[in-house]
Amino acid sequence: MSSRRSRSMQSGASRNITDDQITDLVSKLQQLIPEIRNRRSDKASASKVLQETCNYIRSLHREVDDLSDRLSNLLATTDSDSAQAAIIRSLLM
Amino acid sequence: MTPKGVTLNTNSHKIKFARRFIRTLLRMRKNAPSSSSIEEIRKRSQRIKIAAYSSMAHAVGSRRAWSRAILFKLRNRARHHGMMRRRSMKKRVIKNDPPGDQSQTNKLRQLVPGGKAMDMCSLLEETAHYMRCLSTQVKVMQTIADHFSK
Repeated sequence: MSSRRSRSMQSGASRNITDDQITDLVSKLQQLIPEIRNRRSDKASASKVLQETCNYIRSLHREVDDLSDRLSNLLATTDSDSAQAAIIRSLLM
Repeated sequence: MTPKGVTLNTNSHKIKFARRFIRTLLRMRKNAPSSSSIEEIRKRSQRIKIAAYSSMAHAVGSRRAWSRAILFKLRNRARHHGMMRRRSMKKRVIKNDPPGDQSQTNKLRQLVPGGKAMDMCSLLEETAHYMRCLSTQVKVMQTIADHFSK
């Protein structure tokens, strides 16, 4: 057991997980979630951030599903040529 | 722990994802029959969804654990074609989950690709990057869908 710990210390201090690092990462996550960011509360508890993260990722997955359905329906109906592809590319670049 | 310059790379991820995804969509449209049944539309929707995640994973490449997990899963699926998966040798990972947060952390591990084998720090880092790429993916898909519906 002690050999494993000493090995992890040798491979770099970054692998030593401290509470500060976790708090830091959790606050970074907090900044990415739109709901918490808009509420403008500085300190949300770690479990609240994790919960909101899970909800946010699930909602993103759901949006991908809906958009895939929508795109599948659209592919069936549109029949214009690939000039559209060039337009889309120019839009996104 | 220095961040890996994620904000600088997000735009190139977006472009790479868009190119690959649009190319796949156009290929699908070329092969699609003119009149599609509801069943075919549903099957194609499933393929589009897989193409979206796969394109994003390819755009990010092997730089991130979550994208590696998706690419690994895709390659295994292509290789085994739904046959029995061989049992993978799981390394023992020290997870360092914070006490009292077990259920939330486990839910997060299930949502992030490859999350089950990550320690807590990596899980949070990967989650942040994964969330950013997911929202980019959604925005690009919305742009494409809006454009096709005009």
